Amino acid sequence: MIEVRDLGVRFAADAPPVVAGVSFTVETGETFGLVGESGCGKSTVLRALAGLITDYAGEVRLDGAALPAARPRSFFKRVQMVFQDPYGSLHPRQTIQAQLLEPLRNQALARPADAVGAALDAVGLPRTAAFRFPHQLSGGQRQRVAIARALMLQPDILLLDEPTSALDVSVQAEILNLLMDLRAQRNLTCILVSHDLAVVAHMCHRIAVMQGGRIVDSFDAATLRAGQPAHPYTQELLAASEAYGEGAAG
Amino acid sequence: MTATFNAPQGGLRAWLKADAPRTVFQSAMQQLYRGWRRFATHPLGLAGLGVILLLVIAAIAAPWLTSHDPIAQDMVNRLQPPSAAHWFGTDEFGRDVFARVVYGARTTIYIILLVTVIVAPIGLLIGACAGYLGGWADEILMRVTDIFLSFPGLVLALGFAAALGPGITNAIIAIALTAWPPMARLARAEALSLRKADFIAAVRLQGASQARIITHHILPMCLPSVVVRLTLNMAGIILTAAGLGFLGLGAQPPLPEWGAMVSSGREFMIDCPWVITAPGIAIAVVSLAFNLAGDALRDVLDPRSGE
Amino acid sequence: MSATPLTDAPLIEARNLRIAFGRGEHAVPVVHGVSFTLGREKLGIVGESGAGKSTVGRALMRLLPPAARVTADQLAFRDIDLLAANERQMMALRGRRMGLILQDPKYSLNPVVPVGDQIAEAWRLHHRGRAGAREAKERTLAILEAVKIRDPARVARLYPHEISGGMGQRVMIAMMLIAGPDVVIADEPTSALDVTVRLEVLHLLDELIESRGLGLILVSHDLNLVRRFCDRVIIMYAGRVMETLRAADLDRAEHPYTRGLLASLPSIRHGQDRLPVLRRDPAWLAGAGGTP
Repeated sequence: MIEVRDLGVRFAADAPPVVAGVSFTVETGETFGLVGESGCGKSTVLRALAGLITDYAGEVRLDGAALPAARPRSFFKRVQMVFQDPYGSLHPRQTIQAQLLEPLRNQALARPADAVGAALDAVGLPRTAAFRFPHQLSGGQRQRVAIARALMLQPDILLLDEPTSALDVSVQAEILNLLMDLRAQRNLTCILVSHDLAVVAHMCHRIAVMQGGRIVDSFDAATLRAGQPAHPYTQELLAASEAYGEGAAG
Repeated sequence: MTATFNAPQGGLRAWLKADAPRTVFQSAMQQLYRGWRRFATHPLGLAGLGVILLLVIAAIAAPWLTSHDPIAQDMVNRLQPPSAAHWFGTDEFGRDVFARVVYGARTTIYIILLVTVIVAPIGLLIGACAGYLGGWADEILMRVTDIFLSFPGLVLALGFAAALGPGITNAIIAIALTAWPPMARLARAEALSLRKADFIAAVRLQGASQARIITHHILPMCLPSVVVRLTLNMAGIILTAAGLGFLGLGAQPPLPEWGAMVSSGREFMIDCPWVITAPGIAIAVVSLAFNLAGDALRDVLDPRSGE
Repeated sequence: MSATPLTDAPLIEARNLRIAFGRGEHAVPVVHGVSFTLGREKLGIVGESGAGKSTVGRALMRLLPPAARVTADQLAFRDIDLLAANERQMMALRGRRMGLILQDPKYSLNPVVPVGDQIAEAWRLHHRGRAGAREAKERTLAILEAVKIRDPARVARLYPHEISGGMGQRVMIAMMLIAGPDVVIADEPTSALDVTVRLEVLHLLDELIESRGLGLILVSHDLNLVRRFCDRVIIMYAGRVMETLRAADLDRAEHPYTRGLLASLPSIRHGQDRLPVLRRDPAWLAGAGGTP
């Protein structure tokens, strides 16, 4: 469904590329994971996919058709994104209701009755949250609102940029469960970016490892769970994720 | 169970403090209420606000506060010291000084309103567009801002007076045209940092137009700092208008304007100090009030301290 | 050469520690009766955000804002009563005998001073009158070597923004260790670091703690980290201690909060359909907690 060919991003002409030669495909209904340490370019890949970065080399194809760098309006009805920081992804001075209705307004779509109420129900928030401001909600609640907002346009592709990194462990579990439920209900295709191997192993079907702007390894989740990745960097990541104590590798 | 607006005090309080607002209106009112509570913890700010309210009342209720006509001349009674009949005495034309101070509040309010109406929208719009759009739009808008920034207000007012004739409205326009650049800079600084925020990216991902993003998402965030800045600058604006009045470029006689009153009372300063004291104090007190209220307002609206 | 806890007298003893912010009827209690002891061991304090773990860590060094009211039946470092000590005594303790490592070297290092100078300053602060510039410099280079920084002379001249996150943390550890404390309090020391770098920094910390026989309090939200790195663990929730146990015994934890927390962690090796969600029992909020 999504095909990325030789994606390259460079922020300044004389600077080294942040992303170089990245290619992968994501099948319909699949969840694809991009994992790597900070600065490896995984978030940049996601932003380029979303069209937030328009100055990239290479090609992104949706259902076989190449996408123009400046994404058309209709693109956003199919692809939406959930951001990492729940404290930064909601407008501080708008009510939750206003922010949930904004996508409909921007796409000039008719507003179904009870649009806000249904959206809040779908992510497990009480309806009274509609009239609150973001600073009156907890981190987990804000992330739920962000997910609800992303789903307002009924996209079939969801881009997730470290959706639980800023959340407490117990809240992370709730949000991950929510994402998996919604994925099943709506048959979503997802691309999940994370530095946390456990989250990626939990949610994704196939995984690619990035380092220094390139994909260095890719495999399916089963391979990761069996603990037998081939590439040395992946092994290093796995070892570091699993073993903090004395006598560990490294 | 929400109490209606007309419910007794306990009901209104509960409505404003309710944990879960039921309507957008209630939510907005709760925000206002919280902001007000914050503001009310600053005694000096409250004092400033009180003075501003007095100013507004004086302007509106002028005919009821004094029976004297501020323009009627009475040469027989010129330069009378303060007495029961004339609380602040009379000026060189026999006009009641108290009445002129009270009616002068109208002129001051007119100045404040007109300046705000010109400066705030222009500054906000130019600054927000420059900051968000970046690139050549930013360059052009900022260079225009620089041009206006380089004009001293008084000199521009002189130019306007020469070109269009002296008068309070022209003077205000001149002041406003030199007062908006700092607001634009402020708005631009805010817009620059907001541009990278995730919530702006989220709205871009909905297909929002740039106009929508700037007016609906960026501007409201720039508003608090511009409002605070303008309030704090208001003192200076009042003084500049008074200064123009002093130079004869602002309000023209016989319009009661505090600066003009100070100017014309200069000659009699030694022998009849009451002619300039009252308007002089009025200018100082109102300027101070705006400063104090602006300080408290900044504490309420400053997004960094959270809400 | 692993130290057995509590064979010597405890380095830190806290009994019924209570911390509230504000005063009078507006006081907001943040920590409700926390008790623990620290010997020459690695003690982890784990909890989610808002649990009060950082507050406890800072209270030990009396680094909380003036609005904080700290009370306890006992709060002692060795034989020094931390509650009764005046500011001068605390200043002699801080750094010299109790060290603090913070989360992000970007914010805890002075951005306009080279890192070597900052470490030297830490040394001179605690050795007034005895230290010349040359001795301070020698000690700086020595400690930079001890934290496994290659080419210490070159790194000492760099500014904080010129070094990586992992190196920045090593510099922080160096700064803290050069004064020779007995106790180290580390507040999320590796949260801002990548996973591979984290491992190295923790190994380093481990080695230094062991070789010098120090006591370490590691405050973290990362249960996996603490269970593998520390000797004993305190689980905090809503300002109370839910459970205190040896790290090795975590799998056999009894308190439902601890079990819930452990269960809600996704695992790399074991796939699950749904992660069990922690149900917060209001009964946990009743009363103080914690046995030393």
